[in-house]
Amino acid sequence: MATASGTVAPQSPQRRSPALLVVALALALPASMLCALALGAARVPFGDVLGYVGAGVSGGWIDAADLPDYQIVWQVRLPRVLLAAVVGAGLAAVGVASQALVRNALADPFVLGVSSGASVGATAVIVLGAFAAFGVYALSVAAFLGALGATALVYLAARTPQGLTPLRLVLTGTALAYGFSAITTVLVFLAPRGDAARSALFWLLGSLGGVTWPSVPLAAAAVVAGVGYLLLYARALNALAMGDETAAALGVEPAPLRRRLFVVSAAVTGCLVAVSGAVGFVGLMVPHLVRMVTGADHRRLLAVAPLAGAVLLVWVDLLARTLVAPQELPLGVLTAAIGVPVFVWLIRRRAYVFGGR
Amino acid sequence: MDVGIEGLTVTVAGARLVADLSVAAPAGTVVGLVGPNGSGKSTTLRSVYRALRPSAGRVLVDGDDLWRLTARDSARRVAALPQERHLEFDFTVAEVVAMGRSPHQGRLDRDSDTDREVCAAALRRVGADHLSARGFLTLSGGERQRVLIARALAQEPKVLVLDEPTNHLDIRHQLEILALVRATGVTALVALHDLNLAATACDVLYVLDDGGVVTSGSPCDVLTPDLLAAVFGVRAHVLEHPVTGAPQLVFSTALDPEGTL
Repeated sequence: MATASGTVAPQSPQRRSPALLVVALALALPASMLCALALGAARVPFGDVLGYVGAGVSGGWIDAADLPDYQIVWQVRLPRVLLAAVVGAGLAAVGVASQALVRNALADPFVLGVSSGASVGATAVIVLGAFAAFGVYALSVAAFLGALGATALVYLAARTPQGLTPLRLVLTGTALAYGFSAITTVLVFLAPRGDAARSALFWLLGSLGGVTWPSVPLAAAAVVAGVGYLLLYARALNALAMGDETAAALGVEPAPLRRRLFVVSAAVTGCLVAVSGAVGFVGLMVPHLVRMVTGADHRRLLAVAPLAGAVLLVWVDLLARTLVAPQELPLGVLTAAIGVPVFVWLIRRRAYVFGGR
Repeated sequence: MDVGIEGLTVTVAGARLVADLSVAAPAGTVVGLVGPNGSGKSTTLRSVYRALRPSAGRVLVDGDDLWRLTARDSARRVAALPQERHLEFDFTVAEVVAMGRSPHQGRLDRDSDTDREVCAAALRRVGADHLSARGFLTLSGGERQRVLIARALAQEPKVLVLDEPTNHLDIRHQLEILALVRATGVTALVALHDLNLAATACDVLYVLDDGGVVTSGSPCDVLTPDLLAAVFGVRAHVLEHPVTGAPQLVFSTALDPEGTL
């Protein structure tokens, strides 16, 4: 072999470390959130925004004259902006996990039937008034239960004695999703009131309109725990992405890992869908966009993708409530409107290889 | 290190793929598994690199039962090139080779200097250090196999398991890959379809048929016209390699089922 040439030990060329990118995004996130708190139907000066947030956090006092602005920033916008960041981060991270889990570049957090199941629950609440006992949380509870129910069905249907195989998971998830969306459609058609169909459609495309503080802690905790868990398994995800046999040969048992990732992904996605509806495209697009910069190594990918998803969704939500104010646009419409052209342009421009070629 | 497969039986979904199969690979030897399609070569190898749990029997590496070790411990002793070829995401060559270090690293460990040195040495060993920044999916078939061997070497294994490593490669790359395996000096278990290649590259051959070992020994002892007729159903003539003296086969026609040709 021609190995004798190696007296100079060349540093193995590596992709640039993501540290810079992480720092940049970590700075961009609070800046974006500040913008989102200040801008909207009522404009609040940036300095005042900081003051109100400080007052809200520390329990300090403000002038009585500032009360309306304080309420806009602290009661209305802040929970919404925080949730936008949480949902964006969660969808991006779970998108990465889902793509490795089913080893498919087309996968997103909803590939396992989560969103379609949640839709059935939410539509049942909107159209039929189900779960009225839960009051204002009926929608979230129903969506969460729908998501979990759907995931459990997909899991049971896809399971084999050899474990969960990627292709079976994708096919089962996709097939059941058609079934669930058929149920949703029937519910919408049966809706006694026309505006119910409209609300259902709006929910299906994702929205953070009307979220309040109580929605924040659970979703935030789910995302923090989920991202933390995925980061612990970043190296194992690399092995899993190479194939089950390779993973086994690298000391990663694929079947239990896939099972655990499935449960974590479903739980996180269920929590997100419960508060925001099914925001499409973020979980598919952000992983690919980030991969174009950091490469496929999950250790880098999972460090960057949640931050990128958070920044993206904060801006998307800001646009959603300002573009056609006082009307609101569904988030899914904007993620698609922004995401599709950017995505297509990047795929054509960069030598980005995926899907086997 | 010595590898011993003892009384291996593998049953999947009620089908017995391998029954009571035993293989011994003394330290540093290259042991070839040959046999017709479905004879149990891949199944046997899978149970060595822990992709398929045996229903009975043991796989011993230097006396330790591999399936009693943790997956990580076992991956420090045995590295493999499975037959899987599909890859959805474009890892760089450096990233693919670095994966070989994962059984040596803790969950949150970053790649240490040692890890990087081992990976660089592995790439040099297979003559692929110039490919390190390339995307794995952009490589040719021969380059990919080299890189996968480098990944296996990065595991610093005692045993290499290779399932049809020369599939889809041109003749030069076939010879190179097998020469590379031999040059590592690591005990190797190799499944091969090409009998002439197996005769050249292996110290010992095990002939498998229908999930069991038919015979084993040096290529000279094993590759006889009678055996080839019995196991592969072909009429073969054995010649001697003019340089190495290894047996080389020339085939006439496939035998008809009654063997009357």
